[in-house]
Amino acid sequence: MLGTVRKIGASSIDFAERIGQSTLFFIRSVLQLPDFRHVFSLLAQQIYNVGVLSLVIILLSGLFIGMVVALQGYHTLVQFAAEQQLGQLIALSVVRELGPVVTALLFAGRAGSSLTAELGLMRATEQISAMQMMAVDPISRVVSPRLWAGIISLPILTILFNLIAIYGGFLVGVKWLGVDGGSFWTNMQGSVNFQVDILNGIIKSAVFAVVITWIAVYQGYYSPPNSAGISMSTTKTVVYSSLMILGLDFVLTALMMGGW
Amino acid sequence: MRSKVVEWVVGLFVIAGLASLVVLAFKVSGFSHYSSSDYYPVVAEFDNIGGLKPRAKVSVSGVVIGRVESIILDPRSYQAKATLLLNKRYRIPLDSEASIFTEGILGSNYISIAPGYDANNLSPGSVIEKTHSAMILENLIGQLVYSFKSDKSDETKTDAVKQ
Repeated sequence: MLGTVRKIGASSIDFAERIGQSTLFFIRSVLQLPDFRHVFSLLAQQIYNVGVLSLVIILLSGLFIGMVVALQGYHTLVQFAAEQQLGQLIALSVVRELGPVVTALLFAGRAGSSLTAELGLMRATEQISAMQMMAVDPISRVVSPRLWAGIISLPILTILFNLIAIYGGFLVGVKWLGVDGGSFWTNMQGSVNFQVDILNGIIKSAVFAVVITWIAVYQGYYSPPNSAGISMSTTKTVVYSSLMILGLDFVLTALMMGGW
Repeated sequence: MRSKVVEWVVGLFVIAGLASLVVLAFKVSGFSHYSSSDYYPVVAEFDNIGGLKPRAKVSVSGVVIGRVESIILDPRSYQAKATLLLNKRYRIPLDSEASIFTEGILGSNYISIAPGYDANNLSPGSVIEKTHSAMILENLIGQLVYSFKSDKSDETKTDAVKQ
């Protein structure tokens, strides 16, 4: 009985320590960008790894999600003879909800896991210690560009996802199912508000970007230096970021809908 | 040399993102700022605006000629004061009537202007005097039920039905 109490205490202290450690780690990584000569090439390389290489999966998923929303929406709306509203159904559901959330989930699986595995392997093969030996700060050289690359890439990926999902919906709704193209676009434009819908979606995705890359680099940087540890950290990254995305999505939506 | 290629690709990626944002803004949200040179504001006061919202369309004979800019409550008359932005291409007579209609049964509300015969036109800031409130479905049903009842029981006198 007393042992259980002690265990709860120990795990609570552990938890608090990790929260503090990760917060300090995040603040240091955000602030300690590499010096001016190196920052752009390092950032470009990481944006390429994290953002450009994720393009294919993001764009393909966006196309299919737009198409399936159009198909599902059409068959529901046509029962009320309201298939002209298909454009606004697709645009609002994609721009507000599906775009930020699905892109963030895919990003966590595609880019977050690879960031964790890369940093974990660096830790396990003592490359990080080697950098410290050579008086190179690993946080500013390795962690900070990856964090910033994630924060920059995810909103851009979300915008591209939104666009291609709406185009996919257009393909299915207008080209295949025969909804009138003019009313598709005008109903969409009449109901989608730039600030309320599009900008709030992008704000959401920026928050998700910070959370995902933070979790990914933290889990990688402090992963136990062996193969089991790396696999555990990678799993944790995907699980934690997915949970955080869905939970934060609810909180952010509640804030934005409640006349923020 | 690989680094140069990477930088090019990343540059394209960022530019594609920004371009998509612009397309989203204009194509999807129909984002267009009404510059004061193209539109002029007109005020209309309604007893009840029903479900009218800012950005709702203003039409004459079904042709869209402007948008609702803002809706506020007049603190003195307790009427809803809607500011409309009308396209400068169209001149609307001063004695025109503004009514709030609904698109279809479940659609959104919009303002329809029935042109009058006055020789003078609405100018920036002028007020549309004749307005018709939105039809509130509950009121209509209430009136209907009330008139049915009075028909059936054949009461001697019914109060004037309040609109």
